[in-house]
Amino acid sequence: MTHDTDSVIRTDDLEVTYTGNREITALNGVGVDFAENRLTAIIGPSGCGKSTLLKSLNRLHEIQPNAEITGDVYLEDEPVYDTDEPLPEIRRRVGYVPQKPTPLPVSIYNNVAYGPKIHGDHSREELDEIVETQLRKVNLWDEVKDRLDAPGAELSTGQIQRLCLARSLAAEPDVLLCDEVTSALDPISAEQVEETLADLKEEYTIIMVTHSMEQAKRLADDVIFLYLGDVVETNDARSFFENPQNERTREFVKGHTAVEYDDGEDDVSEGDGSADEVNGDDADGSRSTEETESIPAER
Amino acid sequence: MNRYTEQRIFAFLARASAALILAVLAIVVGVTIYRGGRVFLTDPAVVITPPGSRYMLDGGGGFLHAVLGSLFIVVPATIVAMILSLSTAVYLQSDYSSERTSDVINMFLNVLWGTPPIVYGVFVLTIIIAVGAQTSLIFGVIAIAIFQYPIMTRYADEALRSAPDAVKEASYGLGATRFETAKVTIRAALPGVIAGIIMGFARGIGDAATVLFTAGRSTQMPGGPFDPATTLPILIFEQAASFNAEVRSHAYAASFVLIVAVLALIVASKLLAGRYARFTPGGRQ
Repeated sequence: MTHDTDSVIRTDDLEVTYTGNREITALNGVGVDFAENRLTAIIGPSGCGKSTLLKSLNRLHEIQPNAEITGDVYLEDEPVYDTDEPLPEIRRRVGYVPQKPTPLPVSIYNNVAYGPKIHGDHSREELDEIVETQLRKVNLWDEVKDRLDAPGAELSTGQIQRLCLARSLAAEPDVLLCDEVTSALDPISAEQVEETLADLKEEYTIIMVTHSMEQAKRLADDVIFLYLGDVVETNDARSFFENPQNERTREFVKGHTAVEYDDGEDDVSEGDGSADEVNGDDADGSRSTEETESIPAER
Repeated sequence: MNRYTEQRIFAFLARASAALILAVLAIVVGVTIYRGGRVFLTDPAVVITPPGSRYMLDGGGGFLHAVLGSLFIVVPATIVAMILSLSTAVYLQSDYSSERTSDVINMFLNVLWGTPPIVYGVFVLTIIIAVGAQTSLIFGVIAIAIFQYPIMTRYADEALRSAPDAVKEASYGLGATRFETAKVTIRAALPGVIAGIIMGFARGIGDAATVLFTAGRSTQMPGGPFDPATTLPILIFEQAASFNAEVRSHAYAASFVLIVAVLALIVASKLLAGRYARFTPGGRQ
């Protein structure tokens, strides 16, 4: 990267292969740095390995069978794969917010308190404080403070996604991974989540996968452009969008790469089977095209 | 044939089959309630009275022994089977087993599910003979638990599989261990898991063949886990075959108790499942 901030997490020749019915290489020896307290956006067409790269940072892709990996990820210069540190510890330090807003099947309060509860002993007062602090950080406190014992599932989709953010923050991660966190939301909720992310990037290292060029332009400090498992270009956001170095980046930024989609690879390499991966509209950057699929916003 | 005629015939068949099922159910429940309920109203004490010394001959006393026998056998068996089946079902998920392993285990579970309960009865009987024991309550518990285990495991497995993957992902993403994640997944699948447990309980309380050789056909009050005991289904069989008209009428009273118990369980499971469904993502339809 072109700036001089220290990197918190970096990958070294990371290669991920899915060995299912047919073998698919999702990442092709990727080596990238993610800088501290900056928001890095990973962009690229569907099936190019964005989610795989994101999930491999805290080994979350390992919960899917048939993923093989070589190379390593370094979190503050400690290896993530070649290590004796228990996996849950790594995942606490590198939090993950899923694409589909999913509350844990417990109350709003316990959603946020879950991380602190499993990682240490806290008194009820401490937990109360954590819950309030984190819910305030994601601008949800005022909306839910009177019904903390209600099921998390009863909130609106946008509220749930902010709850998921608060839940991840409560585990006190060093790095926060966000997997297309606004793609399942209606425009207003998406805007609220974006605002929250913009606030959070002051104190957290955030790495987000996004389909939307516009969103990357609005939020990102740095951009990584992935294409079919390779890093094509990484740069700070301004240079990336104003002066792309690579021919393919130029095309993608202008919105031409989108037609070369390979829908078949989608399910396997992205792993979450999300419906909105298959439309070819991400390069045009309009958020509204992505909200037509996935889960309905209202229940 | 005209495609609209075809459609009408099919619609008729579909409605007729639904009506037939409902009618059979209504007749079974109706007859039991009518005939059993009559005994119940005139002499409700039969349920809470221990049997007389010659109960099967003269109908003296009631059938508390079988009511208690059913409870003492099926409740512990359900608890044992629940623990075993939940553990197995968690093990069958992708966190612990490869798809191939869980396919193989599922095949064995299907075989177990399809095994007639009398076979379990005989199997436990050989154990009883081998250890030189007599038919008793505790062996009834073992036989019923073995019988319930595959049923409850299949339900729990299905329920856990249909829990959203994102719940698992979220839990792991927060740094939860596999066990903590399993607890969250069970919580997310709770409506289905409860349905499976209740189904296992209902099947267990209604089964006669497993208990026949293992707990026995005792007509006395069970005093402890090593006493012979009996359950309502076996009692009903014995009562219905009795020469005494009063004992035969008690068979309907016992059926009434059984059917009300099962209906109450199903209602309870619906209420419980509904309570927990509020917490399940997408659970409120």
